[in-house]
Amino acid sequence: MSMSDPILQLTSLVTEFDTDEGRVRAVDDVSFSVNAGETLGIVGESGCGKSVTAQSIMRLLPQPMGQIVSGEIRFQGHDLATLPLEQMRAIRGAKIGMVFQEPMTALNPVHTIGRQLAEVLLLHKKISKQDALRQSVDMLDKVGIPSPDIRLGEYPHQLSGGMRQRVVIAMALACQPSLLIADEPTTALDVTIQAQILELIKDLQRDMGMAVILITHDLGVIAETSQQVVVMYAGKVAEQGSVYDIFDHPRHPYTQGLLSSIPRLNTEPKSRLAIIPGMVPGLRDLPAGCRFANRCSHRQDSCTLSSPPEEQVDAGHSVSCYRWRDLPPLSQVPA
Amino acid sequence: MMSDTQTPILEVRDLKMHFPVKEGVFMRTGKYNKAVDGVSFSLMPGETLGLVGESGCGKSTLGRCITRLYQPTSGQVLFQGQDISRLSRKKLMPFRRDIQMIFQDPMESLNARHTVGDIIEEPLVVQSVGNSAERKRRVLELLNLVGLPARSVTRYPFEFSGGQRQRIGIARSIALNPKLIVCDEPVSALDVSIQSQILNLLIDLQRELNLSYLFIAHDLAVVKHISDRIAIMYLGKIAEIGAGEAVYGAPHHPYTQSLISAIPVPDPHYKANRVVLSGDVPSPIDPPSGCSFHTRCPRATEICREQAPVLEVHGDGAAQTTAACHHV
Repeated sequence: MSMSDPILQLTSLVTEFDTDEGRVRAVDDVSFSVNAGETLGIVGESGCGKSVTAQSIMRLLPQPMGQIVSGEIRFQGHDLATLPLEQMRAIRGAKIGMVFQEPMTALNPVHTIGRQLAEVLLLHKKISKQDALRQSVDMLDKVGIPSPDIRLGEYPHQLSGGMRQRVVIAMALACQPSLLIADEPTTALDVTIQAQILELIKDLQRDMGMAVILITHDLGVIAETSQQVVVMYAGKVAEQGSVYDIFDHPRHPYTQGLLSSIPRLNTEPKSRLAIIPGMVPGLRDLPAGCRFANRCSHRQDSCTLSSPPEEQVDAGHSVSCYRWRDLPPLSQVPA
Repeated sequence: MMSDTQTPILEVRDLKMHFPVKEGVFMRTGKYNKAVDGVSFSLMPGETLGLVGESGCGKSTLGRCITRLYQPTSGQVLFQGQDISRLSRKKLMPFRRDIQMIFQDPMESLNARHTVGDIIEEPLVVQSVGNSAERKRRVLELLNLVGLPARSVTRYPFEFSGGQRQRIGIARSIALNPKLIVCDEPVSALDVSIQSQILNLLIDLQRELNLSYLFIAHDLAVVKHISDRIAIMYLGKIAEIGAGEAVYGAPHHPYTQSLISAIPVPDPHYKANRVVLSGDVPSPIDPPSGCSFHTRCPRATEICREQAPVLEVHGDGAAQTTAACHHV
C-alpha cells in the first residue's frame, strides 16, 4: 500500500446534538484525510469537537441525542456516515480499533482479561476458543505485559493504570485493524508510563502498517507522534497541515496563540506567558462569523460577519482565517 | 543548601505520614501506607518550591500535612520557626491565616450553594476580620486582584468557566493575606489556553504580595516555569532537589533523568533521547528494600537493594543538586 493513499477521508462532516436547550452543532463542516501507515493528530481544547469527530467515525455517538447530519466518512469503499449498523459492527473492532482515555470504562470489571480479549477475536474471526486464547496471550506479550498467561486469568482491577491501557490497546489491535483511533490514550497516565504507551503504539504501528488518529490536548504528544495535524476550535477545523507546517509556520492566530502560550522547558522561569484572552464560546451561543474572533487580536469587522472558508497556504497546509496573509510569522523558539 | 541570611518561612524536618491499612474481617491494622516517609526541605519567603512526582508518590499528602489537613505521623513542620505539626485545632487558628491552599478542581472545593461573594468572604468571617461593610469592600478588592468583574459577587460557581472558578479559589486563598500557599495541581484541570492565564496570575500575585508557594503538579513543564527550586519525589521520599535549571538541565538521580527525558517536547524537530523506565511505581504499602527506585532503575546494583541512599550534594555551581543515589 502506498503511503499517500488515504485510508479514511472525511468530507464536510456535520454532527449535531439534541439538548434541553435545543440543537447544537458539535462538529461543523470538518474535512480531513488519513493516509495509510501515518499518524494524524487532532489537537484542541475541551468542547472543540475532537472527541465527537472520533465518535462520529466509529458511529458511537451518544444515542438518541447525537446525529450525523451531513457529510461523508469514506473508509475502504464504504461511507461510514450512512452504513447500516450491522455492517458497522463488522468494521468496528476488526478494521478500526479504538482506545479511550480511561481504560476502566473500556474494560468489563467482572470478566477476566482473557475472556474480554478472546471475545474480540471470536466475534470477528472464525477461530476456536483455544486459538483465541493462544492469540490473546501473544497479543498481551506484544503490548509488553509480563507473564501474559497468568494475567489472562486476572481481572482489570488487579492491574495498574498503565497495564490496563496496554490491555485495551491489545484488544483494539487484536484483529490487526488498518486504522486505530486513540482518544487521549495517555492523558490519565503518568509521564513515564505515557512514554511507554506512545512508544508501544509507534512500534505496533510500524509492525502492522496501520494508520492512527491520535486525539489529544497535548502539543508535545502531537509533535512527537504525528505526521499530519488538525487543529480544531469550537467545532471547526482552524488549521491543518504537516506537523512541520503547524509547528514551524502556524498561520491561524489560534494555533499561534496555543504554541506561544504553553510553558516550555527553555522559557525563562517566572516570565509572563503569552495568553489567549477570554475563553472558548459555548456551543449554544456561537458567534456568527469566525468562532475565534472574540479572542483574536487580529480581528477586523469582516471576521464577525461570516465564517472564514478554508484556504490553501501550501500543498497540504490550509487555514480558515480571513487575515492569515497579513499575520506576522510566529518566531518559534526551538525547544 | 541556601546561603541566604533570611530565615525560611517553612521548614519541614523528617516528615512522615503513615496511613494505617485495615485488613481482614476484624479490620486490624497490619500494614501502613507510607505515603510520606521522611521528607525534609525548607522554603524561603517569596520563593516557589515545585513538588513533582508520579501519582502515588506522596506529593499531595505532603501538601496536606503542611496545611495541617492531616496530622503527620512524625517529624516537624516549622512555620516561621514554630512547629505546627502537633498543634490543636484551636492553637492552629492563627496559622490558618498565614497558610492557605489552592485545589485542583475548583468545582469541588467551592460550595455550589454559596454565592461567590460568600465564598470569598468566608475566611474573613471565620477569622473575624473587620465588620460586614469592610469585608464586602475587601471581597471587591480581591475580585479585582484576580481579574473577575465586581458583579460576580452575587453569582454562583456553576455560572463560571473552569478558569474563572480557579480565580475564585485563588481570591479566597489570598483573602487573609497569607504568607504561604500550597497549590495542589492548580492548573491541571484547565485547558491549555486558560492555563497560561492562571500561571501568570499566580506569578503576579506572588510578586505583589510576596507569597511563598509550594507548587504541586505532575506537569513538568508547568512546574519548571513557575518554580525557583524543584523537588522530585518518588515513593514518599525526595529523590532529588535543587534549583530548577539544575534539576532539569543536569539531573543527577536516574529517576529524575528518566522523568525529564519522558516529557513530550512540543517541537517536531526535537529527537528525544529517552530513558524509558520499565514497569510501574511499586506500592507504598510494601516499598522495595534499600533504594525504593531500584526495581525500575537501569543502574541498580547489590547495594541499592540493601541500603537506602541518603541525600547528598552533587555537581558544582549552576549544576548543583542534592540527590539520593548510590551511583551518582
